[in-house]
Amino acid sequence: MSALTGWWSDPFRKPRVLQTLTVGYLLWSLLPVVIAVVFSFNAGRSRTVWQGFSFRWYWGDPERSVWHNDSLHTALTHTLVLGVLTTAVTIPLGVAFALGVDRWHGRLPSGANLLMLLSFVIPETLLAVALLFLVTQLTTPLQLGTSAQVAGLVTFQLSYPVVIVRARLVTIGKQYEEAAVDLGASPLGAVRRVLLPLLAPAIFASTVLVFADVIDDFVIVRYLSGDSSSEPTSVKIYNTARAAPSPALNALASLMLLASFLAVALGLLAYRWLRRGERGERGIESFAAGG
Amino acid sequence: MSLDAPPEPDERQDIAAAPPAARTRVLWPVLAFPGTLWLVLLFLVPLYVVLAIVFGQIDPIFRSPVPVWNPVHWNTVQFQDVFSHIIGSDGFFGPALLRTAVYVLSASALCLVIAYPVAYYTARYAGRRRGLLLTLLIAPFWISYMMRMLAWVNLLQNDGLVNRALGLGGLFNVQVDWLNGRGLVVVLGLVYGYVPYMILPLYAGLDRFQPHVLEAARDLGAGRFDTFRRVTLPLSIPAIVAAVLLTCLPMLGDYFTNDLLSASPSTSMVGNLINNSVLTPGQTGQAGAFVLLVLVVSLVPMIIYVRSARSEGVAS
Repeated sequence: MSALTGWWSDPFRKPRVLQTLTVGYLLWSLLPVVIAVVFSFNAGRSRTVWQGFSFRWYWGDPERSVWHNDSLHTALTHTLVLGVLTTAVTIPLGVAFALGVDRWHGRLPSGANLLMLLSFVIPETLLAVALLFLVTQLTTPLQLGTSAQVAGLVTFQLSYPVVIVRARLVTIGKQYEEAAVDLGASPLGAVRRVLLPLLAPAIFASTVLVFADVIDDFVIVRYLSGDSSSEPTSVKIYNTARAAPSPALNALASLMLLASFLAVALGLLAYRWLRRGERGERGIESFAAGG
Repeated sequence: MSLDAPPEPDERQDIAAAPPAARTRVLWPVLAFPGTLWLVLLFLVPLYVVLAIVFGQIDPIFRSPVPVWNPVHWNTVQFQDVFSHIIGSDGFFGPALLRTAVYVLSASALCLVIAYPVAYYTARYAGRRRGLLLTLLIAPFWISYMMRMLAWVNLLQNDGLVNRALGLGGLFNVQVDWLNGRGLVVVLGLVYGYVPYMILPLYAGLDRFQPHVLEAARDLGAGRFDTFRRVTLPLSIPAIVAAVLLTCLPMLGDYFTNDLLSASPSTSMVGNLINNSVLTPGQTGQAGAFVLLVLVVSLVPMIIYVRSARSEGVAS
């Protein structure tokens, strides 16, 4: 007993309790997903009893595997299409917005910035329903399906590049572009040839974050999907998880997981490379700051 | 400028900077314009459409909503209709709203109890393993929410691994029907879903701590708990507020966790009320009224979060 109280009151002891809690949390948070991925390789139909290893649910099964089943295949492709399109619109829009709002002072830009931050914290369901009403009640160029989904996703994701680029602008300061302008560059030239290269890591990081976040999105893409051809992976999982599940669903989800992790891993490597030689580089931490 | 200030530098600067400065004044608004327009058209306008539908009419034959754009002609019939069903003998929405509050509050409290020690350990003691630990803590962000819920649907099935583990691998026959209207499962599902969103802001806040402050407290005679209660906790209040808001807000609109882990009206939350009525003809206005209700409730937390994010210079 005295050993225990002695251990407890030792100010230099290792934080065993916290350590155990942290390890326990990590197991709880990641193990279920690992198990779900493992069962995507199950040879049988069960998602709870292991019946041997196979790629049946990826491409082996001629009807129900991800590769051969049309609806699963479509979901996968549509998810990736949404990811690419949304990222392609969000990043230029967000970077320009960040530059403009950061350097232009006054009521108008701070109002726009407030709007952007609100779009970041609004519960996603509310935004999705509001956008659904917009698309169905007003005559707009947007149609339920890909166009409405991309428009909605861009609205919800716009804050990522803005927040990340603005955080980077703070550390860059104004002196580089002022020097460029003093040396005869036009304002646009200074942005293009001085600021944008300096912002490249931030732009790159937000590209990866937006892509990885979009392919996981559920709420917006579900309400704004048209027919079943515009239902991405997450909606497919939602629709079939309780009704007619098979390990093919786990396989589909595992593929999305792989896509996200590949994007983030590539992003992290490129981010490190872009920021090589900088002092105070903290790798994953500064990269994760936006998430 | 006072008299003794030399005039030359100012003048020189004016001459050199004036033309580009004038052009810069045009450049920044031009850059900010497309994004601003986008937010107005696809964020503000949709919210106005919600108002126009909630306070609009319903087509008497097709039961479809007829939005009324002019606020002067708004009528509150649909809104009153929803409100009359919240409290009182006819109040079939009341329980779901109350449940939302209970579920969201208890899930957030549980999230905090889990997230705080983990974030604290990572910020203070992770040492060389910090990179690995952070990677593992961030990993759930890149796993789709649906995938994470699917994982639990698999585990909690009647013949799932949880029941088998409880039956000690076949020794007993445990047949707990986890996925059928159990409030506790829904709350734990919400905790599982949103706890990563709480750990990161907490970590960011706790990481900025100077360890000297804690060492000083210990040196001055404070015990472990006193140091925590009187130094660590007060200093981490802003991070806690930001983290709790960041998890509460999406939970308020959550309906899918409930659908996947319970699928029973006995656990439905306001998100389910929205989701169930939004695609039902004649109930669009009702869905809009709930959207408005949640929006009004979440407006204060949203503004608190935005203000705290602004004062810290970051938004996440």
